[in-house]
Amino acid sequence: MSSDRLAVRKTYKLYVNGAFPRSESGRTYEVTDAKGHFLANAAWASRKDARDAVVAARGAFGTWSGMTAYNRGQVLYRVAEVMEGRHVQFCEEVAAGEGLSQSKARAAVDAAIDRWVWYAGWTDKLAAVLGGANPVAGPYFDFSMPEPTGVVAVLAPQQSSLLGLVSVLAPVLAGGNTAVVVTSKERPLPAVALAEVLATSDVPGGTVNLLTGDAEELGTWLAEHADVDAIDLTGAPAGRAMEFEREAAGTVKRVLRTPAQEPDWTADPGLSRMTPFLETKTVWHPIGV
Amino acid sequence: MTSSTRAPFEYAPAPESRSIVDIAPSYGLFIDGEFVDGTGDSFKSVNPASEEVLTEISSGSDADVDRAVAAARRAFTRVWGPMRPADRSKYLFRIARLLQERSREFAVLESLDNGKPIRESRDVDVPLAAAHFFYHAGWADKLDHAGLGPGPRPLGVAAQVIPWNFPLLMLAWKVAPALATGNTVVLKPAETTPLTALLFAEVCRQADLPPGVVNIVTGAGDTGRAVVEHDDVDKVAFTGSTEVGKQIARAVAGTRKKLTLELGGKAANIVFDDAPIDQAVEGIVQGIFFNQGHVCCAGSRLLVQESIHDEVIASLQRRIGTLRVGDPLDKNTDIGAINSAEQLARIRELSDYGEAEGATRWQPACDLPDRGFWFPPTVFTGVSPAHRIARDEVFGPVLSVLTFRTPDEAVAKANNTTYGLSAGIWSEKGSRILKIANQLRAGVVWANTFNKFDPTSPFGGYKQSGYGREGGRHGLAAYLKGNDA
Amino acid sequence: MGGMTHLLDPDALPDDARALMAPLPPYDDVARSDSAFRAFLHGLPGVDQVGAEARVGVLGTRSIKTTSKAWAIDTAISMVDLTTLEGADTPGKVRSLAAKARRPDPGDPGCPQVAAVCVYGDLAGVAREALGDSGIHVAAVATAFPSGRASRAVKIADVEDAVANGADEIDMVIDRGAFLAGRYLDVYEEIVAVKEACGSAHLKVILETGELVTLDNVRRASWIAMLAGGDFIKTSTGKVNPAATLPVSLVMLEAVRDFRAATGRQIGFKPAGGIRTTKDAIKHLVLINETVGADWLDPDWFRFGASSLLNDLLLQRQKLRTGHYSGPDYVTVD
Repeated sequence: MSSDRLAVRKTYKLYVNGAFPRSESGRTYEVTDAKGHFLANAAWASRKDARDAVVAARGAFGTWSGMTAYNRGQVLYRVAEVMEGRHVQFCEEVAAGEGLSQSKARAAVDAAIDRWVWYAGWTDKLAAVLGGANPVAGPYFDFSMPEPTGVVAVLAPQQSSLLGLVSVLAPVLAGGNTAVVVTSKERPLPAVALAEVLATSDVPGGTVNLLTGDAEELGTWLAEHADVDAIDLTGAPAGRAMEFEREAAGTVKRVLRTPAQEPDWTADPGLSRMTPFLETKTVWHPIGV
Repeated sequence: MTSSTRAPFEYAPAPESRSIVDIAPSYGLFIDGEFVDGTGDSFKSVNPASEEVLTEISSGSDADVDRAVAAARRAFTRVWGPMRPADRSKYLFRIARLLQERSREFAVLESLDNGKPIRESRDVDVPLAAAHFFYHAGWADKLDHAGLGPGPRPLGVAAQVIPWNFPLLMLAWKVAPALATGNTVVLKPAETTPLTALLFAEVCRQADLPPGVVNIVTGAGDTGRAVVEHDDVDKVAFTGSTEVGKQIARAVAGTRKKLTLELGGKAANIVFDDAPIDQAVEGIVQGIFFNQGHVCCAGSRLLVQESIHDEVIASLQRRIGTLRVGDPLDKNTDIGAINSAEQLARIRELSDYGEAEGATRWQPACDLPDRGFWFPPTVFTGVSPAHRIARDEVFGPVLSVLTFRTPDEAVAKANNTTYGLSAGIWSEKGSRILKIANQLRAGVVWANTFNKFDPTSPFGGYKQSGYGREGGRHGLAAYLKGNDA
Repeated sequence: MGGMTHLLDPDALPDDARALMAPLPPYDDVARSDSAFRAFLHGLPGVDQVGAEARVGVLGTRSIKTTSKAWAIDTAISMVDLTTLEGADTPGKVRSLAAKARRPDPGDPGCPQVAAVCVYGDLAGVAREALGDSGIHVAAVATAFPSGRASRAVKIADVEDAVANGADEIDMVIDRGAFLAGRYLDVYEEIVAVKEACGSAHLKVILETGELVTLDNVRRASWIAMLAGGDFIKTSTGKVNPAATLPVSLVMLEAVRDFRAATGRQIGFKPAGGIRTTKDAIKHLVLINETVGADWLDPDWFRFGASSLLNDLLLQRQKLRTGHYSGPDYVTVD
């Protein structure tokens, strides 16, 4: 490729219901690198985009949660495979957006891919680890099993634009939920690249919906939305988390609160990001002849 | 058809003696191991079956709640937190045994204060409460093996607010796991049913439980709010209405407090045409008339396959005709008193809506006592999903009957609610049961049974029925912090 | 009736026998063939064992005290089929039993007499003579009781012999072997044949539920017996354990309830075996009361097959009457 070739730039769009629409509002905002140089105009998702994303996520819930755990694991592993193939692209996006050295960006991308692999392996272990038979005092077979909560709204971390994003999204999916994610406002571009990966990785359309834009604006709509079952406030802007949590109370949403500071995403997350979005279902049946 | 000339078999009154309980003229708050006078206004606790005033109860003020939380904090930091887990375990075993030893006293007191039949308080509430302590006692020194990650730690002081429908049992559901995991407790019993909680305070003293580990602050909504909103509590556990649950979720927003909610329900009880009909009819009755229908997981929506609707309704009505409504202390009573005048008014209001909206009300002939709060077992047929009695929680002995044609329609109708606490399935076909159980968005699914509870079995809701589980290994997570809790 | 041991093919029967066999509407068609009968019986609603046990468990907690207990005890005494079914039975033993049946408590003429005396068929005549004009029925077990393992001709002869000896109630056993082998129509046709042999004597059909094992089987066998014209359905011979358990009684009562609702014909019910105490008897009366209602609280429609039960009822009766506890020397040894 000749170095004086004029590059073909990408139009960064939303990812909703398996498609890449512009914001229905027609709004975009300027995204710069860590030094303030222009990178791209990202779609600035609106209230209606959030609404459409919730509809898409609800529509996909039956399909995604109804797949066998083995199948979901394979799809998540496929995400890792496809990401691996775009390793260079992700490194560039992360390095530019987060202002990281190439080696640190590479480490973040490696960790993000490995995180998909880790969660891919969880899908068919959760029921055994979190469920089981309950020895009730009577002639009943009684068992409990984890089930996905439903549609989870995720306010992704603002700093860690890829590893952080994957770290909050993958556990939601591993449990069988569908997601509406508001990406890092200032560092949204790796999320769009991730959307392109998801679109080509056997993830059913609508399972993941990625909205670039402002969590401060969209957070309210998602926290109040009656058809959202849970909300992860990890990336909620300072000062708004309590308000979002209050709004979420209106329909008894499960809330994962905003941490005091953005976590170290390289640490072992354990089950802590999956269990908040899992319900426990207990089934009883008599034992007789 | 031959008809007998015999007289019907009348059961003579068989009242359980109330002499076993000794109700004081007034009660204070139980704080730091002592009964102390509350500084708020006192209120009366009434026997809902007779409207007789049983006693005067202290109402906990903000200052009282402060003292209770401070006592709980002290006990957590100095005694209960540092205690060897095996010793915490032994205290809980002691409490379990004391509940068993004094079970008759608890049962009579519960029926007096709550209005529930002595058969249920004796055979369900009290034995299950003791079982909860016995079960959780065993967990206290085994938490590292509970699958909640390495080294789970207690949260600190738990604020617990419980409802009036199962006063002692809900206390046990709250207090037993909190104590087993090393937390201390400030418990606010329901305004209309504080007596067994106060008797439980006496059990704590007999068990030599260190002062401050369990504190009981009686009162109404304001007291509950003070307990929940107190800055020095680390955990809030609430069982009650969805409306109050939402208020509590708002109140704890932005705090460090860990919250679990067990709220309302509008459970579907689905009867397929291949059901064991006689047992299904029993299950419908048990589902909606157990505890006068004052049950968050009550099977208040009967979804019956259209092809067997008439047969099932006829059987159901015949069976309801044998229910014995009356004196809660009579050992043969099946349905006792409605807990309060307020609740009775709500049941009446919603039932009137049912008729106004076009459903058909059916009630058996039954003589209700002149005094007290009573509502006969009631079945509404011809209910459509749009009717209020198909959507709102009545929390009373009122069943709404809807029909379905196919399994898909049954599931769609069952899930068509903002609640998701429980559901029932009646069918003799195993694969169908498992499929439907899978599709129902509810925390507890009873197949070919209903309203069964056990301390080993996690209980709690989907959707607006709340979050968190009580019972089993899952219930421990609500009171612990750690990577996987 | 010809061809008694070959009733497998209903079409082989003479027309009058066919008419006799037809069950009451709306079930007149269900026994038309083996496969139709099987389809009907397996189409009856299933019984969930745990649910049935839970139901009788709750009814078992009913507290029957004071006046209702006194009523229940007298009612129970009047429903007893006082039974002796031993190889060692003699005319003397039967006469002694008959005397007790007429006057259960010699110290209290107000004590009701029992419903029937139940003996082997060869002693039915002794019982009939000893009971005289008391109104107490003579029930005889027949059809190769208790196993039922004999040819149909022998069984019919057994019934005819008992009736000829003066029995006005016949307690037959069903062919459990045929039932468990799935030959429901054989079971049915045998009952029809026995019913015919009974003439005017009432027929109680013993299912021997301890050998049928499942409550689904109990329900199906109950329906076979009712459809075939049995006047009573009875749990057990008393020779097999378990005998009359409360869940079995519940299912059989549900059967007679449902049968009357569908056909208008009321069938009686007799639990037998294992009912030894007043408490057991009262639990059964409660079970009747709350399952089928007062229409069955009558010796015409409900019997206890028992031997030792009567003395416990008498002891409890004395306790209620005198206010103090009694002892075995205050009731008669039979």
